[in-house]
Amino acid sequence: MKTNKKVGIKGYAGYVPRYRITPKEIGEVWGKDGERMGKGLNIISKSIPSPDEDVISISIQAAKWAVMRSEILGEDIGAIYVGSESHPYAVKPTATIVAAAVGATPYLTAADYEFACKAGTAAIQTCMGLVASGMINNGMAIGADTSQGAPGDALEYSASAGGAAFIIGSDDLLAEINYTTSFTTDTPDFWRREGKKYPSHGGRFTGQPAYFKHIAGCTQVLFEETGAEPDDFDYAVFHQPNGKFPIKIAKKLGFTMEQIGPGLLVPRIGNTYSGAVPLGLAATLDVAEPGDRIMVTAYGSGAGSDSFDITVTDGILDKRENGVPSIEQVISDEVFISYAKYAKFREKIDTGEW
Amino acid sequence: MMTIPRFWREIRQRYKGVGVECGNCERVYFPPREVCPHCRRESIGKMKERELSGKGRLVTFTEIHEPMPDFKMMVPYIMAIVEMDEDVRMTGQLVDIDYDEVEQGMEVDVTIRRLGEESPSGIIYYGYKFVPVR
Repeated sequence: MKTNKKVGIKGYAGYVPRYRITPKEIGEVWGKDGERMGKGLNIISKSIPSPDEDVISISIQAAKWAVMRSEILGEDIGAIYVGSESHPYAVKPTATIVAAAVGATPYLTAADYEFACKAGTAAIQTCMGLVASGMINNGMAIGADTSQGAPGDALEYSASAGGAAFIIGSDDLLAEINYTTSFTTDTPDFWRREGKKYPSHGGRFTGQPAYFKHIAGCTQVLFEETGAEPDDFDYAVFHQPNGKFPIKIAKKLGFTMEQIGPGLLVPRIGNTYSGAVPLGLAATLDVAEPGDRIMVTAYGSGAGSDSFDITVTDGILDKRENGVPSIEQVISDEVFISYAKYAKFREKIDTGEW
Repeated sequence: MMTIPRFWREIRQRYKGVGVECGNCERVYFPPREVCPHCRRESIGKMKERELSGKGRLVTFTEIHEPMPDFKMMVPYIMAIVEMDEDVRMTGQLVDIDYDEVEQGMEVDVTIRRLGEESPSGIIYYGYKFVPVR
């Protein structure tokens, strides 16, 4: 899918809560060899939100920094879409609260998205369409999550918290989005029913027919339609539910570890779900130079993928130096906590109230 | 506990730090006031909105061990008085720092966090807290 008009990224930023837990600490509670589990998943630690953090507070922090980097005013934003599978409200948009916090209200359109881990990239595509059609000048797309795995479940070792925001526009770009593709099927690999606190998954079924098939299908169709090859890209970012899958799919598609290195955050912060690819792209933009080309493919269970072919512009140089912290600065502030404190932070302790 | 209309009325103060500036003496007030206590009637009709920068320095702080119900999961936590860059003081929780790391005069930034909720099925209150500048 190519837009009729030039579109791209004017500003971006990410936020990850500072608290961390190791797989070893989780495994000790459940009688499992957490260290081995962590090595298998290629996860050293995962991020944990403090009790006063959720998708709304994470989105607001990322959004405020993204607006600052883009050097536009909140009131210049014509659309806000927030993709997440852990919106604090089932009914009442996260997007309206973010809009009020960045000063974008009332003249904008806004909505929340849900598509497992790819809701944030679906939001980017929506903003691209609105900008390219001339309906709005600037749109904001956010992917953020504070997902949880059920206590003792394999997901508990990886499910973490974080998010990133992108301002999409057609002028003053720091990166141009050349092309985007999507690949969508009905694949029940991972889901959460209405009213349930924790998700369910199909175990090994989440691999081959789900993650690998969709990412490969979406990336290959982008290659076919643009004529691009893995060697044409300086960097690549793939969805990262653990540290193993993105490395495997990168190799399978012909990308190297050097290409995916800067955007591979999951070993240090865990799986931030809707935040994963947006944070990986943000971290890659932090180190990219003008002219660099970035391949991005997100994956959301249920299932679908979105791919993007992005070229960094000269605009990156000034906008990198305007006071917004880099992803590395944000995630290097880390404090390791015990499982007991984690249980308290994630409201796994019943205080008997309410 | 706040009523929904009260919380809604104060959203711009809580999310964006919108206070007022006296058009007569240029003093800034937060939360907003109708009249400048220094200029009194001279300020009538001259109080204009002013969004705070969100940056300030810690004046004083204390650690709370007996919390309000909404803060139970954060105990122990730090409450602070901050002198904002606009020469106006704000009170709020200081988060993402341990008590023994806190120092008077340290630079802090505003961040928006969850302040509490009406009930598990009620509205969630968001608003400003402070984080150390790192």
